[in-house]
Amino acid sequence: MMDPLAVPWEPGPGVPQALTVSQLARLIRETVRSNPLLGRILVRGEVTNVQSAPAGHVFFTLKDATAQVSCTLFREDAELVGFDLEDGMDVVVSGDVDVFPRKGTVQLLVRAATPAGVGAFWAAYQRTRKKLAAEGLFDPARKRPLPPFPRRIGVVTSEMGAVVHDIVTILRRRYPIAHVVVAPALVQGPGAPASLRRALAVVADRVDVVILARGGGSLEDLWCFNDEGLARAVASCRVPVVSAIGHETDVTIVDFVADVRAATPSAAAELVSPNSVELAAQLKEAGRLLAQSIREIVSAARERVRGLGERMSPRGLRRSVETNREQLERLHEALSALGSREILRHRENLAAIGRRLDLLSPLATLQRGYAIAEREDGHIVARATEVEEGDDLAVRFQDGRIHVHVKGGGQAA
Amino acid sequence: MTDEPTFEESLRALEERVDVLSRGDLPLDQALAVFEEGLAFYRRCHAMLTDSEQRVTKLVAAAEGLTEEPFPVE
Repeated sequence: MMDPLAVPWEPGPGVPQALTVSQLARLIRETVRSNPLLGRILVRGEVTNVQSAPAGHVFFTLKDATAQVSCTLFREDAELVGFDLEDGMDVVVSGDVDVFPRKGTVQLLVRAATPAGVGAFWAAYQRTRKKLAAEGLFDPARKRPLPPFPRRIGVVTSEMGAVVHDIVTILRRRYPIAHVVVAPALVQGPGAPASLRRALAVVADRVDVVILARGGGSLEDLWCFNDEGLARAVASCRVPVVSAIGHETDVTIVDFVADVRAATPSAAAELVSPNSVELAAQLKEAGRLLAQSIREIVSAARERVRGLGERMSPRGLRRSVETNREQLERLHEALSALGSREILRHRENLAAIGRRLDLLSPLATLQRGYAIAEREDGHIVARATEVEEGDDLAVRFQDGRIHVHVKGGGQAA
Repeated sequence: MTDEPTFEESLRALEERVDVLSRGDLPLDQALAVFEEGLAFYRRCHAMLTDSEQRVTKLVAAAEGLTEEPFPVE
């Protein structure tokens, strides 16, 4: 209590004029703001007295055993925090110290917060997991298939360290056709969720699939991947997302939401890329089928030519054989370009078919000095047993036909 | 971006030619033309698989918005 009889203090000569309250408040604020030790700081403490304003700002007090400080979390930052602050929660916040002259209070302007200590982590994790599961964000039916042949592959991760290197190396080995776009992001600390969301948003417009990856780390290191806002950004990403966060045993909220969860960053790279060795096999098979199909078509054409040739004059027949042989030669030439051994075999088959086509043609038979016996209707008589005594047949030579009457009955020699 | 067909498109085009040919109902000269198209796609795919050098870029915020610059890989 102030002594009522005490004489009020008055400035003596040489002492400056009294400050107004506003001037004092401004002086304090300027002193606080200009002190680099009070800007961009991390503070750990227990949350108490949480109050949410209707506008979305959150006010709370951070305390420890012997002190407390008022904290303000503005709406735009509160939306990025990713979990609900609750009384009793152990947190690390980042922000700047400032003074609110109107209330005469020193405040911590909080920009980001993460739970601290295993208990707080676990509680926040479970809450977010339940909330998103209830909304159906982990539903297998939501998960999209990965594009089989991505042209562009996005990689959201730290641009430093082994993770980005491993992913790029594997993609280069397995699928060099793709263009890889790295979107650098912070992968730990209070700023990481917002940084990851930004990177994801900008890269998603440029690629067919995204890998969201981080190497192994402590629970605290991986915490940003349990961020609710980041999980929602993954769920609503324009293209499928493969998550690869920490080691195989670490499962974050983002892993539940991602379209595919990979055990490691290297596994993620393998999941998004077709193996070019398998592609080469697929290509070879297509080449083989191509050669086989054309071979069958040519065989069928050969059969038709042969059937027709039996009813045609030697001159016409020769032309038809020539045409067919030209086509075969073109085909043979085209097939020469197909490299694999499998295809080589088909090429040889085709050459053999060409030779057989010559051998089988009736024209060749006649020109070698043989004659062909035919019935009146042009059907070839291939066996003696087909002929009976008294049949009328024609015998065709290379220069014309004669007609004969069968005297002896047909029987096998 | 160019209008060049991608590997995927070329492989699909090749497989389409195989399907058409395996139905076996085309006249020989048309079949041969389809075969030659297929062969061209086969060669293209083969070249892409064996010749391509991977591009790796990094997104960078610049005054005029986002740009991509080469990302060094050893």
